Amino acid sequence: MSRLNDVNIKTALEIIARYPRPKSALIPLLHLAQEQNGYVTNEAMVHLGELVGVTSAEVYGTATFYEMFRFEPVGKYLVNICGTMSCALMGAGDLMHHAEQKLGVKAGGTTADGMFTLAHAECQAACTEAPTLQVNYRFRYKVTNGDFDTLIDDLKSGKLADEIPAHGVVARIRQRIPADRGVGAVAPGLATENPAWMDGKAAL
Amino acid sequence: MDGRQGGIMTTAIRYPHAAGFVAGDRPKIVTSRFEHADSFTIERFLATGGYAGLRKALGRPATDIHEEVKSATVLGRGGAGFPAGTKWGLTPQQVFPKYLVVNGDESEPGTYKDRLLMERDPHQLIEGCLIACYAAGLSQCFLYIRGEMALAQERVAAALNEAYAAGYVGKNILGSKFSVDIVLHWGAGAYVVGEETALIESLEGNRGMPRLKPPFFPAANGLYGQPTIVNNVETLANLPWLMVNGSEAYTAIGTKTSPGTRMVAVSGHVKNPGVFEIINGTTTFRDLLYGAEFCGGIRNDNELKAFVPGGGSAPWFTADQLDLPFEASQVGPAGSMLGSGAIMVMDSTTDIPAAALTLTHFYAHESCGKCTPCREGGTWLERILTRIVDGTGTEADLQQILEVGAMICPGDFPHASNEKLGLAAVPFPYKMTTICFVGPSAFAPLHSAITLFRSEFEARLVKRISIPVTAVSTPPTVWA
Ligand SMILES: Cc1cc2nc3c(=O)[nH]c(=O)nc-3n(C[C@H](O)[C@H](O)[C@H](O)COP(=O)(O)O)c2cc1C
Ligand code: SF4
Ligand code: FES
Repeated sequence: MSRLNDVNIKTALEIIARYPRPKSALIPLLHLAQEQNGYVTNEAMVHLGELVGVTSAEVYGTATFYEMFRFEPVGKYLVNICGTMSCALMGAGDLMHHAEQKLGVKAGGTTADGMFTLAHAECQAACTEAPTLQVNYRFRYKVTNGDFDTLIDDLKSGKLADEIPAHGVVARIRQRIPADRGVGAVAPGLATENPAWMDGKAAL
Repeated sequence: MDGRQGGIMTTAIRYPHAAGFVAGDRPKIVTSRFEHADSFTIERFLATGGYAGLRKALGRPATDIHEEVKSATVLGRGGAGFPAGTKWGLTPQQVFPKYLVVNGDESEPGTYKDRLLMERDPHQLIEGCLIACYAAGLSQCFLYIRGEMALAQERVAAALNEAYAAGYVGKNILGSKFSVDIVLHWGAGAYVVGEETALIESLEGNRGMPRLKPPFFPAANGLYGQPTIVNNVETLANLPWLMVNGSEAYTAIGTKTSPGTRMVAVSGHVKNPGVFEIINGTTTFRDLLYGAEFCGGIRNDNELKAFVPGGGSAPWFTADQLDLPFEASQVGPAGSMLGSGAIMVMDSTTDIPAAALTLTHFYAHESCGKCTPCREGGTWLERILTRIVDGTGTEADLQQILEVGAMICPGDFPHASNEKLGLAAVPFPYKMTTICFVGPSAFAPLHSAITLFRSEFEARLVKRISIPVTAVSTPPTVWA
C-alpha cells in the first residue's frame, strides 16, 4: 500500500491545517510519504495532490526539485559522504574511495542486499569536523577508514538500530500544537488590521 | 601526511555534544548555554534566564522594542549583513497579515553555526522569533530548517512542544494579548532555497527558485504576496540577550558599525578547526587562524596558501589580508565579503585547481536552472575546469573560463590585492546577469584561483608545441 495510511493521513491533515494555504504543506507531506514507504511512490504523490488540492503533476514538479526525495527504492541506509571544500581538503576523496571498496559499489550505487546506498553529498554544515558523512541524516565526524568499516559493520549487525532509523525517517519528534494553545493559520484576508498587541501599549 | 591533523585537540574546551564548538574566554551572547549538556531542554533554559527577554519585551510597547533593536544595529548573520531593525521597518504600514520566515537552511560551503544554535539552544531561537513577531507586528512565524538536519529538527520540535505547553508560544503568550504560532517547517535538500525569495517559494510548496527583486522584495511582497520578514537563525538568537541587557550593552561589544559578536566556523588546514563566537568588528583573520585561543596556526606549521573568508561564494584571500578585521566596510574594499562567517583554510600542500573545482562543482550542481548564464555557464565552468584538473585542458580552456565568467559577471570581478604578483584589489561587489548569487558563485572561487595562482593552472595545461615543417613558411601547430 503506498497511499498514506490512516495514521499518516491524520498527521497530514494536522500539518496542512497549520498553513494559510494547503500547498505549503507539500514538502513535509512528501517526507511523510517517504517515511512510510522508504521512497516517494506515484500513488503517494497522487494522494498528496488530493490532500492539498493540486494535481499530481504539480506534486511531482515540486518533489523532483529536492535532492532528499527518491522515486525508487534505495538501500535501508543511505550513506552520504560530503565532498565539498573543507571535507575535500581533509581527505574526503580517500574516504569515498575506501567506501566504494568496502561496500563494493560505486558512488550512487546500492549493494545487492539492499542494505546500503552510497552517495556523494554536498556541504553538511559540519565543516570543522571534516571529513564528515551522514547515514540517513545522522552525522559521523572526522571519519577515518577504520571508523567507516566499524560503522558499516555496526549497521549490518543492527547495533545502531536505535540511533539510525531506516531510510525515510528524518526527525523522529513531530511538532504537535495543542488545540487549546494554537492560534491557527493566519491566511491573507483573515487579518485586515494590526494585530491586537500593536496598540502602542505594553502587552503585559 | 595524515590528512586529519587538523582535528587534533589542544587545551581549548570542546563539548562532545556540540562538536566543533570552542568556548574560550570571550563575551557570549548566543552560546552562553552551550556548556550545559542539557542546554536544549526547557528546564535548563528557564534556569539560565530563558524567556526573561520575552517577558521584558512584552512589558514595553512593541514600537519601543523595535526602536531598541534598531539602535543596537543587529546586522543580519545570513550573508548580506543588513540590519534587522531597519529591515523590519520596511514593511508597508497598512497591509496585513505580515509574516516571519526564519532561515535555518544553512548550506553555504564552510558554514556551521545555525545548526549548532538550533541543536544546542532551540528555546533561545524560539524566544528570538517571538520578540521579532512582537516588535514588528508579525502574525505567524514559519521556522524553516534544512531538510538534512535531523537532530536540529527534533530539538526544535521538542522545544516548541514544551514551549506551547508552558504558555510561551501560541495564544495569549504569558497571559498577554500577544498571540502567535510558530510552525516548524523543513526542507528537502536544495542549497538555493537558502536565498530568501526561493525560501518563500519553497514554503509555498513550489520548486525553490528565486524570484526577481524588484518586485519581490519579501518585506513588501513575500509569502502569499504578503509583507514577510526573512531573518537568519543567528540574527534572531541575538534578540533575547539584547532584550535583557539593552542596546547599550550590545553596542559596547565590537565596533560601532559591527556591534556584538558573531559565530564563525574555521575549517580546513588549521591545527584546531572550530566554531567560535568572536567579537565582531575587531577580531582579525590572523587572530582566528593563528591565535592560541582560536585555531592555533596552520597544520604541521605549514605555510598558508589561501583562505576563503566568508563562505564558498566569497573571493579568496591570502596572507596579505590576514590583518583585516571582521568588518564589512574593510573586507569589501579589499575584494571579498564576510558572508556567512565561514573560513576555509588551504595550506601550502593544497592543489589549488582541484580545491576550486569542489566549489565550482557545488554551485553548478545547485543551480536552479532559472537563468541561462548560471544554468549553462556554471556547467561549462565545471566541465572546463575538470579538464584542466585532469590534465587535458589547454591554454584556450583557461581563456574560455574567463570569457564564460564575464557572461555571468560582466566587468571587473572582485579580488584581493597581492604584493608578490603586483596586483591591486578590485572591491566587492560585482555586476551580474543572473537573478541570484549562485551563478556568480560558481565563478568566484575559480576567478580567485586563476588570478592568484595562475601558474598552477598553467602547469596543468597540455602544452602547445610548434613543429617546424620546412616546406611551410608559417609552421602549423599541433596539440600534443
Ligand atoms: C544562494 C543564496 C543562499 C543563501 N543561503 C542562506 C542560508 O542558508 N541561510 C541564511 O540565513 N541566509 C542565506 N542567504 C541569505 C538570505 O537570502 C537572506 O539574506 C537572509 O536569510 C536574511 O536574514 P538576515 O538578514 O537575518 O541575515 C542566502 C542567499 C543566497 C543568495
Ligand atoms: S542564478 Fe542560478 S540559482 Fe540563482 S536564480 Fe538564476 S539559475 Fe537559479
Ligand atoms: S564541506 Fe563537508 S561539511 Fe561542509
